[in-house]
Amino acid sequence: MNNTLLLSSSPHIRGRDTTQRIMIDVVIALVPAVISGIYFFGSRVIMVVLITVISCVISEYASQKIMKRNITISDFSAVVTGVLLALNLPPAIPLWIAAVGGIIAIVIIKQMFGGIGQNFMNPALGARVILMLSWTQHMTNWINPKVPDAVSSATPLIYIKKGQEIMEGINRPDYIEFLLGHAMGSIGETSVLALLLGGAYLLYRKVISPAIPFSFIGSAALFSWIFGGNRPFTGDFLYHILAGGIMLGAFFMATDYSTSPVTTKGKIIMGIGCGIITIIIRLYANYPEGVSFSIILMNLLVPLIDKYTVPRTFGGEGRGG
Amino acid sequence: MLISKKIFGGGVTVPHRKNTAQCETVKMDVPEKVVIPMLQHVGAPCQLVVKKGDIVRVGQVIGISSKYVSAPIHSSVSGTVTNIVQVINSSGMYIDAVEIKADGKQEIHESVKPPVYSNDAELLELIKESGLVGLGGAGFPTHVKLAPQVDKKIDILIVNGAECEPYITADYREIVENSWNIISGINILMDLLKVDNVLIGIEDNKPEAIKVLTDLANTSDKINVVKLKSRYPQGAEKMLIYSLTGRKVPPGKLPLDVGVVVMNVNSVSFVAEYVKTGMPLIKKRVTVDGPAVMNPSNVEVLIGTPLGDVFEFCGGFKTEPYKIIMGGPMMGVAQPSLQNPVLKYTNALLAFDRESGELPKESPCIRCGKCVKACPMNLLPLFLNLNAIHGNIDGLKKYNAMDCIECGSCSYVCPAKRHLVHSIRLGKALLKKESMNKT
Repeated sequence: MNNTLLLSSSPHIRGRDTTQRIMIDVVIALVPAVISGIYFFGSRVIMVVLITVISCVISEYASQKIMKRNITISDFSAVVTGVLLALNLPPAIPLWIAAVGGIIAIVIIKQMFGGIGQNFMNPALGARVILMLSWTQHMTNWINPKVPDAVSSATPLIYIKKGQEIMEGINRPDYIEFLLGHAMGSIGETSVLALLLGGAYLLYRKVISPAIPFSFIGSAALFSWIFGGNRPFTGDFLYHILAGGIMLGAFFMATDYSTSPVTTKGKIIMGIGCGIITIIIRLYANYPEGVSFSIILMNLLVPLIDKYTVPRTFGGEGRGG
Repeated sequence: MLISKKIFGGGVTVPHRKNTAQCETVKMDVPEKVVIPMLQHVGAPCQLVVKKGDIVRVGQVIGISSKYVSAPIHSSVSGTVTNIVQVINSSGMYIDAVEIKADGKQEIHESVKPPVYSNDAELLELIKESGLVGLGGAGFPTHVKLAPQVDKKIDILIVNGAECEPYITADYREIVENSWNIISGINILMDLLKVDNVLIGIEDNKPEAIKVLTDLANTSDKINVVKLKSRYPQGAEKMLIYSLTGRKVPPGKLPLDVGVVVMNVNSVSFVAEYVKTGMPLIKKRVTVDGPAVMNPSNVEVLIGTPLGDVFEFCGGFKTEPYKIIMGGPMMGVAQPSLQNPVLKYTNALLAFDRESGELPKESPCIRCGKCVKACPMNLLPLFLNLNAIHGNIDGLKKYNAMDCIECGSCSYVCPAKRHLVHSIRLGKALLKKESMNKT
């Protein structure tokens, strides 16, 4: 008789989802944003995306090789980081800075903290912030969409700083332009429509749940409406959520699994935190844009949020823990 | 028929694979020999009351226990006790077992006759003597469940026909083939428990079963068939109670704490059969299926029949079996050997080939939270996993490890293919060990 039967603990069947499939879904969801980036800022964008992706994948391979870990580049998570990093860079970024960004993201922020699932902040955002502090000039060198290497100027968010009168007639794009992608900004921030398309795909595929993007965008809208104007409740909230990186941040950055809470309640807290901090930075701090900082700040709070949002067991009385 | 509007949170959609739904139960021949272990239920093992060389008959008691949470064990064949052996059960424990060489005559023991009872206590004693344990797969002694509670009022009897595991159709076939038995069993139990509200829960993917029982239940306004959403683990006791009544069984409590008794359809049907004939629990309907099986079927098998014989009866294997599972693929137990016997609570035997039985490789947790969404008990399997593999007792307590019902939903959905339930089981064992050390 057969004495080589496999013994293992149930369940004996598994679902079809894999880490790789999820990462590929994220890449698919980012395609519209990449295409719109290329369309609005020219073919240079292709180079930026290629450089960051290659830099991320090679960094992952090399660091895992050096640290004698399993090579996991086939899970596509480094590709996702690469594409996200590119979308967070200005179109005119020198290519070598983009490459450095990939190394920072993977080696310092991801692998040094244990690799996939262990990083305490979003690698692409972490890299963006480090690049921003290191090469501020290059990182804030915005160009007008559709007219490559034309005028360098400030991000549209400069117009909504608290205390400054909105300068009439100066290039301030209208809502429709934001929606389509006529605003200056990072490669991936320009077209809200493309980001919404990708976000909808992620929701449809259940890669992300609506908790973070909806609470992020909702609270940003609410707080900019209350505090964004000269008098309370007069803020131009539509302008706030369409301009800058909120859509990219809400659907693609704040939803990063490793650096967001695991329960729905926790995710809502995370989203609201991101929304409020973004608006505070935009209105009252030195930087014109607050999305990256708000997400990173909330990333650091995730362990705490997870700790205090342990759900009640089904049928249970008190809170768990 | 009623339609349940409630559904527990979490759970997963598992593939149906009810290939044997239309397979009428076929009776398997008496095997050459049976091996009957002295522990086939939750609770205390039985003591042998026969010895090597004894002649036994069908229905004769061969194992009893003085402990309350236990159920006597009967011979399923007539023949000679050839050996007392030890078999490894699903927990890896060695259990005494009686090996009986069948003479093929199936002579019935004189103790087997239609029972006579005049009150509830006597009926309860009879049910204990019948050896009945929960036939849904858990194997909890039935008489314990039915015993009157001093301080607790039972007002609902739930009959579990959900059958949410892939492959298994043993309950479904019982409903289709023996629906009258189920109704008469319900009537007996209603009298015994003094309840006048019976809910039969069946998942909506078994319309024929729903129809058959609804037609019969229409004769009584106390019995209602309820159509449930198909969602694994709908058949789990706590989930089923919630879907049918909206009552939530608190952690560490039993259904009777919320006024409910839950019985599997096969158990209910057996009660009726036993009251008619007096034949104790010696046979089982077993769904035989899986990618490596030649002819998927529903087979009536004598308890103690070696698994290999049952597969042989179903045409043997298409391909080399790589994994044999007793029960469903979500909660069943992998078997070490085809020599192991069919037990009282065996409801399915599945044979997987290498391709379908191979476990996927674990990769790091990506914290996607899919296990959190899937857990019907609202636990956080990813954190339980971490605390279990690091042996962190405080962490296991903090994340309520003991409340895990081991349904496997978390492992099923995990994209990183982590062995979540497996580790939580180990974690629960650690907690039990710790609490024993304390006392």
